[in-house]
Amino acid sequence: MIEVAWRQYRLERRMFWRNPSAAFFNFVLPLLFLALFGAVFAGDQENLDVLVPGIAGMSIVSATFVALPYTLVFLREEGVLKRLRGTPMPAGAYLGALALHAVTNAAIQLAIVIVAGRAFFGVGWPDDWLALAVFAAAGVACFALLGAALANAIPNFESTAAYVNAAFLPLIAISGVFYDADDAPAFLRDIAEALPLVHVIDGLSGAMVTGESAWSGLVVVALWTAAGGVLAVRGFRWEAR
Amino acid sequence: MHAPAILVRDLHKSYGSVEAVRGIDFDVARGEVFGLLGPNGAGKTTTVEILEGYRERTAGIVSVLGHDPGQRPRALRERVGIVPQGGGIYRHLAVRELLEHWARLYPRPRDVDEVIDLAGLRGKERERTRRLSGGQLRRLDFALALVGDPEVVFLDEPTTGFDPAARRTAWQTVRSLADLGKTVLLTTHYLDEAQALCDRVAIMKDGRIVTVGAPAELGVGALYRVAWRDAETGAVQSRETEDPTGLLHQLTSAALARGEPLRDLSVTRPSLEDVYLDLTEEAVRD
Repeated sequence: MIEVAWRQYRLERRMFWRNPSAAFFNFVLPLLFLALFGAVFAGDQENLDVLVPGIAGMSIVSATFVALPYTLVFLREEGVLKRLRGTPMPAGAYLGALALHAVTNAAIQLAIVIVAGRAFFGVGWPDDWLALAVFAAAGVACFALLGAALANAIPNFESTAAYVNAAFLPLIAISGVFYDADDAPAFLRDIAEALPLVHVIDGLSGAMVTGESAWSGLVVVALWTAAGGVLAVRGFRWEAR
Repeated sequence: MHAPAILVRDLHKSYGSVEAVRGIDFDVARGEVFGLLGPNGAGKTTTVEILEGYRERTAGIVSVLGHDPGQRPRALRERVGIVPQGGGIYRHLAVRELLEHWARLYPRPRDVDEVIDLAGLRGKERERTRRLSGGQLRRLDFALALVGDPEVVFLDEPTTGFDPAARRTAWQTVRSLADLGKTVLLTTHYLDEAQALCDRVAIMKDGRIVTVGAPAELGVGALYRVAWRDAETGAVQSRETEDPTGLLHQLTSAALARGEPLRDLSVTRPSLEDVYLDLTEEAVRD
């Protein structure tokens, strides 16, 4: 089972890099935003200190919540999932491989953001590696499951971008990726507080920049993770309707 | 005496209030090529997908190699190959790469090179799948289904949308499966395909099997049809008879007596096509 999952994981890695558009959406976009906003905020350390952990959080969302619906809906609608289901590969091995693939992308992006933050944007090495790992892992788990749940709701591949962006763009806009979420109007702040990303970013920010503890935010993340898990499993479809 | 490779008893499947399969029975012996033939919507694909483990049945008993496919046991999936209808595949892998990955999913795979030859993909091993033509992709479907060296192969409309040459190639592949001793269950709405490939055929209509037998036997019991052009009226006449000997004698001696050729004479037995059209037609013949 683990051997099967590992081979599938390595196949996913290979296919990922052979598909330039997927690699772009999942990988380059957050880093492009980091470069652009980093240039805008150049010399303004207060904003850069918000931007770097914000982009780190966005990278996690991008590698999971954005990438998984594209992958799952495409494979489902094309009939690849159905074909895989007809082979002896255990479903758990396959889904585990997909999850590990998303974790790898998130980890690589996080590493790039941290290095870039240190090299170009005046943000030091993270002070609290444990908190960084915990919040990154919590974010990956939460948004991977929410991404899988979202994939279940998407009726066909053509509408994937609409569904994903309708959730992703407002989410990053209000969750303090590009500015301090505390500066937002109260009603937007309240919405953001009810969603998981702002708490993941708070945690990353505490670990990477401010040193402030944000552990209580994990409760919200955990609730969304549980909801995502239930919806992802219950609604999972191996084939097109 | 081997148990049948596939056994179906009183199988029912409903989608909501629509009854797609309404109580069918058939067996497929080991090594047999069995065809489910019928128009679109007859319930062929539903039946096959229940046997493949993709759909749950509403009622009845099904067994494939002694397993209940509804439970989707891994031991069964290791011994079954599926050529799905319109199934996609990873686009960014080369043919050989994909087949090698697939082979490792099975405990006793066939040699990948052998499968490439068997499926007619020699020369395409290094091609990315997204660059393959429709016919080549279908061959890849066969290859993916064969690489695990299955005992039972399901082919759901294996040649729909093929040009004539591609069909012949696909038929050759199915025949080679039979030569390898595989049990094959295929669905088709092409009569010539059923006739060319199948040891036995079940004709399905509206969720039921209307008849089952060897393609040649399905015409047996039906009447000979003798047709000729009438010398006086110039119109084509025909008559159906159990034994055409006497009628032919009459016709030929009359023509000889007149000293005229007997034009447009034909003696035919109903082909599978006639049987099929008879059985699946809505209109009742008088």
